[in-house]
Amino acid sequence: MDRQPSPAIDTQDLNLWYGTFQALFDVNLKIKSGLITSLIGPSGCGKTTFLRCINRINERLGYVRTTGSIEVLGHDIYAPEVELIQVRKLVGMVFQRPNPLPLSIRENILFGFRTHNAGKKITKSDEDQIVEDALKRVLLWDTVSSRLHHSATHLSLEEQQKLCIARLLPVKPAVLLMDEPCSALDPRATEAVEELIWELRGDFTILIVTHNMAQARRASDECIFMLLGKVIEHGLTEDVFISPEHKETADYIEGRYG
Amino acid sequence: MFTATELNIRNQKIERRVKLLFLLMTILLVIPVILILGVLVYEGGPLISVDFLLTDPKDGMTAGGIFPALVGTIWLVIVALLVSVPIGVAAALYLSEYARDNWLTRVINLAIINLAGVPSIVHALFGVGAFVLFFGFGTSILAASLTLAVMTLPVVIVSTREALQAVPQAFREACWNMGATRWQTIRHVVLPNSVSGILTGVILEVSRTAGETAPIMFTGAAFFLPFLPQTVLDQTMAMSLHLFVVSTQVPGVPEQLPFSVALVLIAIVLTMNSISIAFRIYLRGKKKW
Repeated sequence: MDRQPSPAIDTQDLNLWYGTFQALFDVNLKIKSGLITSLIGPSGCGKTTFLRCINRINERLGYVRTTGSIEVLGHDIYAPEVELIQVRKLVGMVFQRPNPLPLSIRENILFGFRTHNAGKKITKSDEDQIVEDALKRVLLWDTVSSRLHHSATHLSLEEQQKLCIARLLPVKPAVLLMDEPCSALDPRATEAVEELIWELRGDFTILIVTHNMAQARRASDECIFMLLGKVIEHGLTEDVFISPEHKETADYIEGRYG
Repeated sequence: MFTATELNIRNQKIERRVKLLFLLMTILLVIPVILILGVLVYEGGPLISVDFLLTDPKDGMTAGGIFPALVGTIWLVIVALLVSVPIGVAAALYLSEYARDNWLTRVINLAIINLAGVPSIVHALFGVGAFVLFFGFGTSILAASLTLAVMTLPVVIVSTREALQAVPQAFREACWNMGATRWQTIRHVVLPNSVSGILTGVILEVSRTAGETAPIMFTGAAFFLPFLPQTVLDQTMAMSLHLFVVSTQVPGVPEQLPFSVALVLIAIVLTMNSISIAFRIYLRGKKKW
């Protein structure tokens, strides 16, 4: 942690309103490249809202207004010339409930890739390679390689969630946003997905929203604590958990409110 | 300790009565259907044969078959579908996948609801004014089908929207987050998963189109034509109007004939509905969630 590479995500005075309700207040965060950062805080504190700003999926709701800036890899994603599709390509998202498309496993992996390479000639063997690479990367290849043409919705939840991560990889994202990626999973599956996330550490900047204190503690490098739309504390996970600077953080971590 | 109190017993009584009442109402609903079908089959059934379906009316429509009317109805339905399905599905896609909830969308929605509520005779007069006279199509299949299309558009739009909205939002979010455009999302995920619902709406529209009389009366359907239509600019006979004619306009029609015509018309509609149900079951089976 001695070297200080430029942050993968850098927000400046980010404010966000849903209609007249302000959900984020002056969020200034620098999220380090290649690490896993967890976002914790009670429900409604703005964690998910913040996450959804980073690939601009929030805007789909017409009544959302933001001020301030977010730079991803040094580029302002709210700049006027920005193409949304390119933002989403670089910043992938994994949801709370696994949401594989109602297509085969193979088609799920290729969906994003084809979307971004429409019109180009891609041979079947190239596609096979992409599918194999993505599935191997998420430790799913051995279990599903024999049934790539089966529907993805028949996989177990753990496998579905891994698939949802895998399908982001062929377009080579730099940032992976995960919104409570394990909350629909049982403890064993949670462990497996956490292991996978740890596996991906280094190659991707990963930002995880979680309600699970233990998960934040064991599976992240840095931790951000938010409360009522404000960032209260941001530091190394061990520091935040062992010696938090703010009383609110300590209270939350100890379970005095949630 | 767990025995029924007086209140429990009274509630149970009310419960039984309410249930009985609702059951009676439901049965009441089925009775007309059974009666109509029963009378039609009883009165009109004996006259029906392959010949009846495939020959022209004879002797001032008091005898012979219904072939030109049958063919005419098929023409009208097909042309009406060719117009209303693309427009209706596109409009539904816009409203459900693209439009934001603003005043314009609300005005459009209100217009659709109102369009659905316009009486068919008003549609007929609109058809005469717009298609027959203004666009100069004359009384023709085209004018009649366009009138029918306008009339059934709300059905297509509403049922298509319902089908689209039945596709889980999570699929769309997944696509958008992978950088798919709305159209790519629609093309690859939304439409394949809503096609069964859309078809159901289309087939509902077919039944309605086949049965309507007023909108085609002044716009393209003829009292009697001894030949089949060759192009969409010809007039045609139609089942629904033919039924009206043989029931009320022509003297000396045998008593059973109108029943037989009605039976064929209902059979067409019921066949359409059965196909739609079968199709839906087939496509449901292919759904992957």
